[in-house]
Formats: sequence, structure tokens, C-alpha cells
Amino acid sequence: MPSDTHTIKGLKLVSPPLLYAVLLLAGPLGMILLFSFLPQPDNPTEATFTLSNYAEAFNDPIYPELLRRSLLISGAVTVVTVLLAFPIAYFISFHVSPRHKSLWLFLITIPFWTSYLIRVFLWKVILGFNGVVNSSLMGLGLIETPLQFILYNPTAVVITLAHAFAPFAILPIFVALEKIDRSLLEASRDLGENRLTTFIRVTLPLAMPGVLASILIVFIPTVGDYVTPEQVGGPGGTMIANMIQLQFMRLDNQPMGATLSVLTMASVTVIALILLVLNRPFLRTQR
Amino acid sequence: MTMITLQGVEKHYGDYHALRGINLDIQAGEFFSLLGPSGCGKTTLLRTIAGFEDVTDGTVTIDGQPMANVPANRRPTNMVFQSYAIFPHLNVAQNVAFGLRRRKDLNAAARNTLVEDALDMVGLDGYGKRAAHALSGGQRQRVALARALILKPKVLLLDEPLSALDKKLREQMQSELRRLQRQVGITFILVTHDQEEALIMSDRIAVMFEGQIAQLADPQTLYRRPISRQVGEFIGVMNILPAEVKIAVGARIAVDVAGLGPVMLTPDQCPAGAKTGQTHVGIRPETMAIAFENDTDTGNLIDGQVEEVAYYGDMTYYDVRLQNIERPVTISMKNLVGRHVLQRGEKTKVRWDERSLVLFKQ
Ligand SMILES: Nc1ncnc2c1ncn2[C@@H]1O[C@H](COP(=O)(O)OP(=O)(O)O)[C@@H](O)[C@H]1O
Ligand SMILES: [Mg+2]
Repeated sequence: MPSDTHTIKGLKLVSPPLLYAVLLLAGPLGMILLFSFLPQPDNPTEATFTLSNYAEAFNDPIYPELLRRSLLISGAVTVVTVLLAFPIAYFISFHVSPRHKSLWLFLITIPFWTSYLIRVFLWKVILGFNGVVNSSLMGLGLIETPLQFILYNPTAVVITLAHAFAPFAILPIFVALEKIDRSLLEASRDLGENRLTTFIRVTLPLAMPGVLASILIVFIPTVGDYVTPEQVGGPGGTMIANMIQLQFMRLDNQPMGATLSVLTMASVTVIALILLVLNRPFLRTQR
Repeated sequence: MTMITLQGVEKHYGDYHALRGINLDIQAGEFFSLLGPSGCGKTTLLRTIAGFEDVTDGTVTIDGQPMANVPANRRPTNMVFQSYAIFPHLNVAQNVAFGLRRRKDLNAAARNTLVEDALDMVGLDGYGKRAAHALSGGQRQRVALARALILKPKVLLLDEPLSALDKKLREQMQSELRRLQRQVGITFILVTHDQEEALIMSDRIAVMFEGQIAQLADPQTLYRRPISRQVGEFIGVMNILPAEVKIAVGARIAVDVAGLGPVMLTPDQCPAGAKTGQTHVGIRPETMAIAFENDTDTGNLIDGQVEEVAYYGDMTYYDVRLQNIERPVTISMKNLVGRHVLQRGEKTKVRWDERSLVLFKQ
């Protein structure tokens, strides 16, 4: 039967990526999920599978607090990044001549030529106690003593992460803006709307898929980032991923680390789904 | 009453001179067409009227108001774009109501009634809830029309609105547009490169070549008395014959036409004027005829030989070689009952009438 051979052909075609996805995505995820139901090492008498890790994660105030802070910092990073990325993407799409667009996009990716770690250290140098910002301000006589509030706190985390994720946020918005048929904007002007109202009624709704992609691209990985908070966050900027790392590596408490991982992923998934549902009107009618 | 006046309108795109001294008066309530080959500047001219392009020089006046410094959103014009420009994130009713946001005098019910009426007018009643992307080309075009007409503009601008439609639908929309225009009484300016469409629909037509208006006339004048070979050959088929003007004194214009012989023309047949010397005349295929034995029409007869036959069903086009001219002339004949189709190589007589000749300047 033709449909059967089609199915087999299709399965053959997707099997390498399928295998890849199972091995590298579903496998580790399953492991983490499994670990989160195992008893903790200091409590070996418990049953084989237990919910006590989850109970602890909800009852010990430190864990919800860290998760809440992580989501807040990531939310702030996302807002800052997307708000900065939109005008840049808009400028390139609408005001750069077509010949120069790829050059501009290329320039935007330049920060990516160095490793993430180096960029984090760079910000440390810039924001530090004896860093570029403080020495400049002191050199100019604007301040007497170095500013303390710019390093080792959540603000520094937000700045560093926003910088690191800017190009990721710019590109999807740029693509969405490029896809907008310019005659739609003229039609809006023709129907009586000025530049601003045209932006609100036509450009922005049509750019929403790109904006949403940017939000998810920035929000999802930053919730789980642990390098930046560790390097520039200080005690007040510690995020959930630092705790997960601590549980796994230092305390050798895989079940607790796995539980926190599962809870983090669940929160991110719920937030992403809420965003998608809220934006459904903009996503449905594209094309 | 004059609705639109263009005076000395020039448009440069960098080095490119897109509009070269356009002077134009368009009357209120008129169905006016801009006709010309692709790239001649029709869209550019329409966009200067709509306010999407600034003129490099000259003035645009709409309904007595000078339009310099008036942006597109404050002009009393609305446009049906070539791509229709239907907003993909809005449904049909929202698209049609787009321009009503600024009408603060309307409550929701009045607005809905207006939208319903507009959809009704273009034959899309009941389509309000449809998503924009679920529409066919013809339906999109109707939405674009309703969206513009609902605002009751003084002038409706249409940029090749029918060129994306297939032949049947195009012909249907041509008569529908004409009917709509009579019904609403708004000035329509239609851009098209299709001469037939322009002839069918327009009260007056401006033929454009290379940024200039070559001729502005009603369809019949344009077809019968084209001002130049270029216009004559762009509008339908025209046989061009070498000719020599022997005498041009007042109403007496004596011309020797290659292949046809000496003729007397009236000034009306010389829209570009007449002066003695070598030039060309034009004659339309349907104003000449193959002379069958049994027909009793009068007119001049000359000998010819059929070189090529193209059978179209309702019509047959013959290329007939006449004596003393290089190129054969094209003659179209209705395939009436009992009239047979000649074969290639057959000798025949050609009937023609000097009243259908047009004298060109060169
Ligand atoms: N924005 C522009 N920049 C440069 N040249 C243009 C622009 N718009 C149109 N042109 C040129 O002006 C000429 C007339 O264009 P257009 O008015 O679109 O012609 P039409 O509608 O008669 O086909 C074309 O040669 C086109 O290449
Ligand atoms: Mg055009």
C-alpha cells in the first residue's frame, strides 16, 4: 500500500534527527525526572521513589525565593533586551538601504566572536570596584569613592545578560519586520493613520511573532544561566542555576538538584505557554 | 467641475526622470484612466496624487486645495493597491472598518452598518468574519475596494487592480467597477497597461510614454484618431503606410498613400496637423475588408494576395500584400454566416475607405 511505504520512507527520513533528539534531549530529561524522585543521599532509608524532594523544595524558603528571583532577573533581562533590540531591528529594516543590511547584521554579531565567558569577565572589568566606569567617573571628579552598586548585584547580571543576548533578540524581530509588506504601511497612511498610529495598528501587530520569538529566546536560557550570576551577581544576584550546580557538584545531592531543575523547567514552560496563548491572535493570521 | 489639476509635475528619482512635465485636469465624477506600457510612470503619477511621492517640481491640486505639504493620510483620496494590501492580522470586517477609527461620530452599531453596506456593495455580504488569508484574489480586491469606498473619498485611485485576476474574472470586474463608479459618483483614476480595459471602462484616457502624456482623449477619439504612430500602435493594431502630403492648404489635404494611391483627407483626420512632405498614415484592420463577390458595400477596391491567415473563431485576421508597399497590411473580418475563410496565397480584392485614414506627423 502506498501510504505504508510513505510512512516507512518518512520514518527513515526522520530517524537520524529522531534518534538524536531521543539521545540528547529526551534521554537526559528522563534521567533528570527520574533523579528528582530518588531519595537524598543523607536519607537512604526512604522508599525507592519519593516525593520528599518536591516537598522540601516547596517548604524550604530558600528554593522558592531563588526561583522567584531567577524569573524576575530573567524577566528584567528580557524586557531590557527586547526593548533595546526592537529599535535596532526597526532601524536596520526600515532605514538602512537594502545593500547595507547584511553589513549591519554582520556588525551586530561581532560581540559573538569572543567566548561568552570572556564577555562576562569584560563586564566585570568595566563595572568593577576599580573598573572602567568607576575610574572614569573618579577621574572626571564626578564621584569621590567607587560606586558599589554596579557590580555584584542583580543589576550587573541584567546588564551582562542583556548584552550577551542582544543579537539573539534583534534577529527574529528584524526578520519579522522584513516580512512586512511595505504597501500595508502605505495602505494604513492612505486610510488616514499617521506614522505613529500606523506603527501601533499595523507594524507592531505584524512584528509580534518576531517579538515573541525574541522574548522566548532571551527568557528561556537566561533563567538557567549560572556563569553570569556567579561572576558578577554577588550574593544578592545568585540565581536558581547556581543552587542547582551547588546541589549536583558540591553537595553531591543529585535528587535535590534534579528536583530544582524540573521545577525551573516547569515554570519556564508555563510562562512560555501563557505568552503564546496571549499572543495567539497575532500568531494565527500570519501569511 | 475640476477635481484634480496637475501643473508642470516633474519627478526625479536620483538621475532618473520619471515624470516630465505632466499637465492634467480631471473632472469630478469622471472615470479617468492612465494607460501606458510598464515603466512609463503611471504608478509614480498615481502616487504623487495619493501623497506617497513628493513632486520634484510642479503642483498637485485636489478639489481646489493645493496638496504641497499635505501627507497621504490627510488627502481626500483613497487607493486600491496593486497588491491589494489587505491587513493579514485583521479579518474582512476589520479591514473594511480600518479607516473608520477616526470617525468619532460613529457608534459601534453605525460602524457595523457601514461595514455591512460596503461589503454588500462589492458583493461580499456575510464575509465579515473571514480571515484575510482565506480570501481569493478577486475577493481581496473587493475587500480593498470596500475599504476605500467606505470612507467616501473624493477620488479613488486604482493601481492595476485587475491585472492579477484571470481573464473571466477580470472582464466581470471591469463591468462591476464601471457600475460601482456610476453608483457612487466618485472620481475614479485607474492605472492600467491594458488598452482594452482602458477603452471599455473610461470616460477619458491619458496615454503615457516615458513620463509624458502623449495623448489625452475619450476612448473613441483615441482609437480612431491617435495623435502619433506610437499611440496608434499601442492602442490595438494599426497598419502604418508610408505617405507623402502633396498639398496642405486649409481643409484641403491631398496625400499620396503607398499601396492605396492618392486620397483627400479632412483636418479631423490629421490630429497632429499636416504639412507637405514624407510621412505615414495609419489605418485600422477592421476598417478594411476582404471584398467577397456577393457583398454590395461601396468603397475603393485594390488587388492583394493573402500571405497569412489567423483564425480566431469569431474573427479572422489576414495579412494581405498590396502592390507597392513593403509590409503586408492586417485586415480583420468577422466570420459571418456563409462567409468562407480564405487560404494563404489566394488572390483577393481589398476594400478600404479613405475616411478611416489618420495622418501622422512622421
Ligand atoms: N522609488 C523609486 N526609485 C527609483 N526609481 C523608481 C522608483 N519608483 C519608480 N522608479 C522608476 O520610475 C519608472 C516609472 O515607474 P512606475 O511609475 O512604477 O511605472 P509604471 O507604473 O508605469 O509601470 C520606472 O523606470 C521605475 O524603475
Ligand atoms: Mg505600475
